[in-house]
Formats: sequence, structure tokens, C-alpha cells
Amino acid sequence: MPSLKELSTRPEQFLGGHRLCPGCGEGTIVRQVLMAADKPVVAASCTGCLEVSSSIFPYTAWNIPWVHLAFENAAATAAGLEAAHKSLKRQGRCEEDLHFVAFGGDGGTYDIGFQALSGAMERRHRFVYVCLNNEAYMNTGIQRSSATPLGAHTTTSPAGKVVPGKLTPRKDLTEIMVAHDVPYVGQSNSGRWRDLTGKAEKAFQTDGPAFLNVLSVCPLGWGTEPGKAIEICEAAADTCAWPLYEVVEGQYKITYRPKEKKPVEEYLKHQRRFAHLLKGEAGQAVIAQIQADVDARWEKLQNRAETK
Amino acid sequence: MAEQIALEGNQAVAEAMRQVNPDVVAAYPITPSTEVVQIFSQFAADGKVDTEFVAVESEHSAMTACISAALSGGRVMNATSSQGLALMWEMLYIGASLRTPITLALVNRALSGNINIHCDHSDSMGARDCGWIQLFCENAQEAYDTMFQAVRIGEDLRVRLPVMVCYDGFLVSHSVEMVKVEEDAAVADWVGPYVVDRPLLDVKKPYTVGPLDLQDFYFEHKRTQVEAYPGVPAVIEEVGASFEAAFGRPYGLMEPYMLDDAETAIVSLGSTAGTVKDIVDAQRAAGKAVGALKLRAFRPFPADELAAQLAGKKAVAVLDRSMSFGAASAPLYSEVTSALYARGATVPVATYVYGLGGREILPEHIEQVYEDLAAVAASQKADTQPKYLGLRE
Repeated sequence: MPSLKELSTRPEQFLGGHRLCPGCGEGTIVRQVLMAADKPVVAASCTGCLEVSSSIFPYTAWNIPWVHLAFENAAATAAGLEAAHKSLKRQGRCEEDLHFVAFGGDGGTYDIGFQALSGAMERRHRFVYVCLNNEAYMNTGIQRSSATPLGAHTTTSPAGKVVPGKLTPRKDLTEIMVAHDVPYVGQSNSGRWRDLTGKAEKAFQTDGPAFLNVLSVCPLGWGTEPGKAIEICEAAADTCAWPLYEVVEGQYKITYRPKEKKPVEEYLKHQRRFAHLLKGEAGQAVIAQIQADVDARWEKLQNRAETK
Repeated sequence: MAEQIALEGNQAVAEAMRQVNPDVVAAYPITPSTEVVQIFSQFAADGKVDTEFVAVESEHSAMTACISAALSGGRVMNATSSQGLALMWEMLYIGASLRTPITLALVNRALSGNINIHCDHSDSMGARDCGWIQLFCENAQEAYDTMFQAVRIGEDLRVRLPVMVCYDGFLVSHSVEMVKVEEDAAVADWVGPYVVDRPLLDVKKPYTVGPLDLQDFYFEHKRTQVEAYPGVPAVIEEVGASFEAAFGRPYGLMEPYMLDDAETAIVSLGSTAGTVKDIVDAQRAAGKAVGALKLRAFRPFPADELAAQLAGKKAVAVLDRSMSFGAASAPLYSEVTSALYARGATVPVATYVYGLGGREILPEHIEQVYEDLAAVAASQKADTQPKYLGLRE
């Protein structure tokens, strides 16, 4: 893992001037992931916030080859890039060693792009898939996805007089990727550069597919202060609402264990999408459910990390 | 040495793919195109090609991977049918808009619902506005030959568009015919290398593909895209002439048959054109001045050339193997009449729909059409509503 000083000298591959919102985690994640690559990178993105904010013609924030084709196919796009490179390299028509990366939001990864992702992982294309997970369809105006957590208010799982936000817990995509037996799976967040860059470095060095699920703070969709992104990521890690861990060749490793696991309210309280839960008995019952869910997942993760 | 071999259409097309030796094939099985992919994957497994064969999990991903591989600088091929093409629909537009020269063998099959695995042209016609070149083939030899030409046409720097090589499901794909298979080196030389002008994998010259394109530029980009098409017919003819010079079989935009002095003519696509030619022979033997026009290029639609071929005819019939629900007329009829009448022709054109879902088209159906045409020529009136051939009403 290179030092921060060394990282700061690496060329900028994702440039300023993009139109991501203030406090959005996505720009940070993309920069840090690309910084971790030791070879030139070719990137694919699915339709979503990153794509619309970084590529408005005739401008681009990408200092590397970058392609966007559609919403549900970032993984298949990367698979085509990797397959062409493999073929051209084998025939001596391309000299360069390259890395390939696909960026997709949670809608493009958990939902509509899930099939393409699963297929590409099963076929063992050598590329890094990074899910920029802000837990809803933010680009179209904050609609729920299968990454949206229990109780969260979105515009299609609104908190109302009788329904307290989203009624089901999120899908555990990280574990689904682990179940694909891919050589590297990591879960990180947009606020911990050392954790993320370290995982991205391992992901790039993996000889096969690698998957990174990175929690990305969304001030607009979560109702958070743009200046509090790092603090919120810390709270996500300290409450174990979004544990930081990696699975290398099937071996679990928790990369951050809070000294004292905080109650989940410490994470929820910063976010307006959970505000309706923080008042009244009905909300408290949902919080209890969220806490029970977080505890159960954390317990399971610890067990997996201990058993060899 | 070139040799005559008995091959199914799909086998001939897979053989052409082996000889082209593309860099990437990303494909998914669907009847009746499955064999192409299956045979080709065996070529890859036996080391007979340099191709990276990607057995994707859907046609959507197949077309996606083909597009990104083509952008990367690879020569790319693929095969599909029917629902497979329908699932690719979104990506077909994107592939054409990004000017990726992909060659797709489209083995024509009916679209659901209800589900039917047999031949009609609904799949091609459903994709007729997406920006791909569409070439229709009458038989296995044409399908084989057209695969090579498609590569040259699509990759031509004046064109840079994806090409569908359309041939009839089962009727051509699974029928055994004698096919002249050319020597590997001869066709490889004729096809030549893929000259890539701007490969995405060139990290020294990074660029952005598929950006967000809003009100201030999208329209201009579509305008420049549409500029690509008027020049394509000349390239199709040029490549066809070059193929003839090398291998002796002529190809162009369309094939007129006994048309010059014909008073009436049938316009058709695909394998049915062969049946039509047989009937023309029989009718000519009986002293009737009939002819036929087999259209090879449906996209871009060679309107000027078609109008010139049909100039002076007393009556024309158009055979459609698909329908356009809710439209004023069936797809081929609509194109033919639009080409003729916009150029001042007054010839009456009769419309026929046949063969949906693999329903047989028989010689007597074609004879009936020529008989009807004699009456249309006499009255100079054609019904605007289609007649259905071989249908139980």
C-alpha cells in the first residue's frame, strides 16, 4: 500500500470540473480507486449520476479511456473491453498491460445490471467492478432500489401516515458476489481513503474478477450536510451498519473493528431519510428492527472472519 | 482450393466466421441461430481461430460486449434470431450511433407472442430503424458470401456501421445446399485487416465514448449520423463488384430477374425470391412477360435504384413476410411504394403478406400473385389492403 504522499503524486485520472453534487462520495471513490492502479486503466460506466456528471458533451472529466453504453450493462461493457484486449494481446496487436474497471451505481448494479454483473463474474473476466452505492436511484430523483435499507424514505418508498419508509431490508450484494467465488470482494466506504485505496489496489492486482461495494454518501438523497460526509462514513463503520471487510479467495477479513460498536441511531440521526423513524413508537420499532438486522449481519460476519 | 460442399446455411456462416477469424465473438444461443455460435465455439476450442469467444448470459450483454470490443479495436461478430434481436434492441441503436462495425448473422424468425421458432422477417423489420445495414440472403451461398462482404462494408471508413446479414430461419439456416467454400487465404486476403482509426484501448490518446449529449449537441450528432447512409449503397455495390472479381459471384443492392422487358414484377426478400424466380421461368416459358426483383439491401433502402428498376412496369406486387401492426401497410410494401410514388411513378402496387411463423409459401401462391398482377395491370388499380397468402381466413 503506497503512502499518502506517494498517492498524491500519481496522475489525476478523474479531473475536477465534473458536476457531481457537493459532498457526493462518488468523485472521491473514483479518484481513490483509479489512484490505486499500477497500470493504465480503461473505464466503463453505467448510466447514472457519475456518467451524467462527468461526461456532458463536449466536456469530460475522464483523463483515461472511458465508455458509457447503457444502464444495465457496465459489467458486460467491461467484459467486452477485457475480451478484446485479451484477444489483441494474444495476437501481438496490443503491447500494453491494462487494467479494466466498471463503475455502476446501486440501481445499475443491484437491480437492472445484476444479470450482466453476475454473468461477467461467473465468466471470470479480469476487471474490477466498483459499485458506487448510495442506496437509491439518486440520478432520477431518489427512488428506492434493492440497496435501499430498511426504513429509509425515498420517493418510491415514502414515509407516510401508515407506512414507515422502505419495508424490506436491503439485498446483501457483497455476499452474493462472495457466493460467485470470485477471488476478491471488498466492502468499503467513501470516507476512509486508506481502506478504499488498499482494497482497490488488491482488486486491481487480482488475477480475475474483483468486486468492490463502496458506500457513497449522497447529501441530496440522504438529506445530509455536504460537509459531514466523512463523519457519516465513520458512523456507518462504527455502528456496523456498513461493515468494512474483504473476502480474498474465500477468506473473510474484517478491515475495521470499532472499539465500541455504537447504536445504529448514531448513524441514522445524521440523515433526513431516517428522520421519520426517530420520532414516535412506530419509528422506534423500525429502528429496533434495523438494529437487530445490523447485529445479526455483524455477528455472521465475525463468525465468517474467524472460521478458516 | 475452393470446394463445393454440402452445408446447412448455419454451417456455411460459421465457416465464414472461421475464415474471417474475428477478434471477439460474444454470443448467446437462440433457435435457429444457435448452431452458428455452437459450431464457432468448437472452432475456438480447437484453436482454429484467434478469437476470444465470450459465452455471455444474454443477448443484451452479447451486443454490449460486441460494441465495447469493437470500440476497443477488435473485429467483432455475433449471431442471433428473433427474441434475441429484440432483447438487443436498445444496444442496436447504440452500436450504430457509436459507428461500431459489427457483423451480426441474423437468422430470421418470428417474434413472440405467441412464441414461434420458425421463419418470418418480423425480427429484422422490428430493427429497421435502428441504424444498422441490413442485407437479405436468398440461400446458404449468399449468406456465406455476404458474411465477408458485410465485414468489408461495415468497416469501410466511408461507412463505419454495423451490418446484419439476414437469412431465413430453417429454410436457409437448416437446409443443406451445395456451397462453394473459398480458400482460407483467399477470403482472408480479400477481407483484409481491420483498420481501426481510434481504438479505445489506446491509453496514450484517451477519449470519452457515449457521453451525455443534451439539447445543444444531440441533434447535430444525429444529423451527422444520418449523413452516413446515402453513401452506403455505392459501397455495397463496390464491395459486391470486388467480390465478384475475386470469386466470380456477383452482388449488389438488388437482383433483377427477367425484369427488363417484364410488364409485371414481384418484389421480395430472402429465400422466397428463389421460389419467385422459378415461377418466372415457368411463366416465361408460357409466354408471359413477368419478372422479379429480389431486394438484397433493405437498409439503407436503395430507393432510387429500386424506382429505376421498376420504371415502366404495368403492375408490381410486394411480398411481405412480416406485418407492421397499426401501420398503413406492411414494411416492405411501405418502403417500395414510398420510393416509387415519391419519385413520380404511378404504377399500381399490390400488397401481399405471407409466411408468418414459418407458414409455407408454395409455387401456386406465387402463380396466383402473377395472375392477380395481370388483372391489376389491366385495371391499373391495386387494393391498398394486403392479401394473405396461404392463410385460413
